[in-house]
Amino acid sequence: MLEKRKDQNNMKQFYNFIIKEFYHIFRDRKTLIILLGMPMAQIIIFGFALTNEVKNAQITIVNQSNSPNSIKLVQKIESSKYFEVYNQSTKTDDIERMFKKGTIKLALVIPSDFDNTIIAQNKAQLQIIADATDPNLATTVTNYLSIIINDFQNDINQNKTIPYKIVVETRMLYNPQLKGAYNFVPGVMAMVLLLVCTMMTSLTVVKEKELGNMEILLASPVNPLIIIFAKAVPYLLLSIVNIITILLLSYYVLGVPINGSLTLLFAVSILFILVSLSLGLLISTLTDTQQSAMFISLIVMFLPTVMFSGFIFPIENMPIPMQIISNIIPAKWYYIIVKSVMIKGGGITLIWKEVLVLTFMMTFLFSVAIKKFKIRLS
Amino acid sequence: MSPLIYILQKEFKQIFRNPAILKVIFIMPVIQLILLPLAADYEIKNINIAILDRDHSATSSKLVNKITSSNYFKLVSYGANYDQAMEKIENDKADLILELPRNFEADLYKHKETKILLAVNAINGVKANIGAVYLNTIIQSYNNEFRNTIITPSRFNEIPLIEISTANWYNAKMNYKIFMVPGILVLLITMIALNLSSINIVREKELGTIEQINVTPIKKYHFLLGKLIPFWIIGMIVITIGLFIAWLVYGIIPLGAYVTIYVFAAVYLLVILGIGLLISTYAENQQQSMLVSFFLLMIFILMGGLYTSIDSMPQWAQWITKLNPVAYFIEVMRRVVLKGSGLADIQKPLYIMLLYAFIINYWAVLSYKKRS
Repeated sequence: MLEKRKDQNNMKQFYNFIIKEFYHIFRDRKTLIILLGMPMAQIIIFGFALTNEVKNAQITIVNQSNSPNSIKLVQKIESSKYFEVYNQSTKTDDIERMFKKGTIKLALVIPSDFDNTIIAQNKAQLQIIADATDPNLATTVTNYLSIIINDFQNDINQNKTIPYKIVVETRMLYNPQLKGAYNFVPGVMAMVLLLVCTMMTSLTVVKEKELGNMEILLASPVNPLIIIFAKAVPYLLLSIVNIITILLLSYYVLGVPINGSLTLLFAVSILFILVSLSLGLLISTLTDTQQSAMFISLIVMFLPTVMFSGFIFPIENMPIPMQIISNIIPAKWYYIIVKSVMIKGGGITLIWKEVLVLTFMMTFLFSVAIKKFKIRLS
Repeated sequence: MSPLIYILQKEFKQIFRNPAILKVIFIMPVIQLILLPLAADYEIKNINIAILDRDHSATSSKLVNKITSSNYFKLVSYGANYDQAMEKIENDKADLILELPRNFEADLYKHKETKILLAVNAINGVKANIGAVYLNTIIQSYNNEFRNTIITPSRFNEIPLIEISTANWYNAKMNYKIFMVPGILVLLITMIALNLSSINIVREKELGTIEQINVTPIKKYHFLLGKLIPFWIIGMIVITIGLFIAWLVYGIIPLGAYVTIYVFAAVYLLVILGIGLLISTYAENQQQSMLVSFFLLMIFILMGGLYTSIDSMPQWAQWITKLNPVAYFIEVMRRVVLKGSGLADIQKPLYIMLLYAFIINYWAVLSYKKRS
């Protein structure tokens, strides 16, 4: 009987504390607006702006041949959406200057004997010069240009049938239009949720410490764990609101499909939020000022999350030690899950391993945080 | 000048009193600068391929051999079971499926044309595209070899063949480190500077100590300068450490002069610190200023041109990057380190940054009110 009443009492306290935290949050309108508006702005901006596809790369064409075939090639390049011809000349001297000023990414040199050799010997040479200060971009644009040149080669070749030909039929799975958003939306989702949840939870707990309120709360008869949980619950609910807006925006505005089960996606997202909240709680037990909490949750975590989650740099390209390090980044697992469920339309059988890893991370972070917190108390 | 000196004394004391943050400021960039570039390899190698060979002929196995012996592809599954290959794609174990149909060899001899099917996991569009292009190149070259064994090649090519030679200037070996390391250094400095400054004044507001300063006769710009100078010095030290690490670990020595980098960095830090101070004067509490600086940092960093190219962004996004100081510094770093540009070459971005720094800091002074 007494036990039961104690339980009820605890529940009531817990409930009251949650209400208190909500008052705190709703009273600070500015923060609330930023908290809910920021993920929306980010998903829209990044969903449209981040793409690995290169469009309208500036190219200069040095056409020393100026013959019918070379002009045809130039026209073909001009009409492609990948390139914009910055200027044409007959001299190679300017290339270096333009590269240094950063106006062009690529130069194509068509030698003076281009037409002669292609008609007389069925053979010709072209030179592509790329600005490889950005190797990613250089490789991509060089490949695009090569494809166009190959196309051109097939064009001038149309009436001849080539014997013994192997024809390759290519089909793009999951993302036939090769949209960048399919890759970046899951990545941005993982980043925004992780960083916002971790940052906010750690800050709100540390703030009480910094302002000296923690001592007062701990001196009260309330179980300290209730205070901590009550701080996390509102952020869990706010993050769920964020997930809903992010999913709505990516579906309706960015056109990213949700091919798998929405319930599954939702459940896993909540799991991921719980991981972030636990991480935030852990950070709050390790720090004493909001500034230190921010330094850890933002400066220390930001770049590793960007680089190791796999949405910008494919993890299988990394050296083995880096691949191992990437496993401790929660965003990596969530990114894989979102990709599998949203875009590939996979079910739990496809992602159970990742879900297991996230569950383990949550349990681990949470129990360490509680343990640290208890040590502080005693 | 004297009040400024006292404020500086106070600020430095405050910074040194918190060793935890000092550690983060100076050790974290070193660790991240050493580790992160190793992860930043975008070169497409190790494309995982699943091959479905339904033909099992001499020709098909020769083609398979040719593909696997190239450096780009790793064979993860070989067999005749489509579901098995599809499963590899679903699990991200394979990027491509190449299907050689049953009559592959027979068609090639009989109809002089044969078809093969290529399915690409296109979630990461660029990787998919490049993988398909590499595979096509290999198949084409196999095709040519095959043709030449059947028909004796004539003196000239049967069909027009355009040979493409490529040259990669400024970075012939396509070294990703030399591109990533200076870029990551820029990001680290930006994060540190923005966070330090954006939280500072608002912290005094929250703790109430700002009232004590407001009642002193200190001028507004003295107070802000007192905040700015220590962080500026820290920023310059972090840059120096970063450039040292770049040389020590990765052997990166700029083709241009170090002075050029320092001159630009000096102005750049004023911009970032100014933005931080501006956030700080507007924010009511530390949470707000942190959220806003996180929001800006994410935009600055992801749209800074290091991870994805600015040229490929839509026009409106390119306009946003015109206001992104990170984009300017990364571009300048790249030019100085790889192309050896001097002060004259980077005049334009330098002037833009100067103007930017002036506007932002002037705005910060204006918006800081001594009366609350």
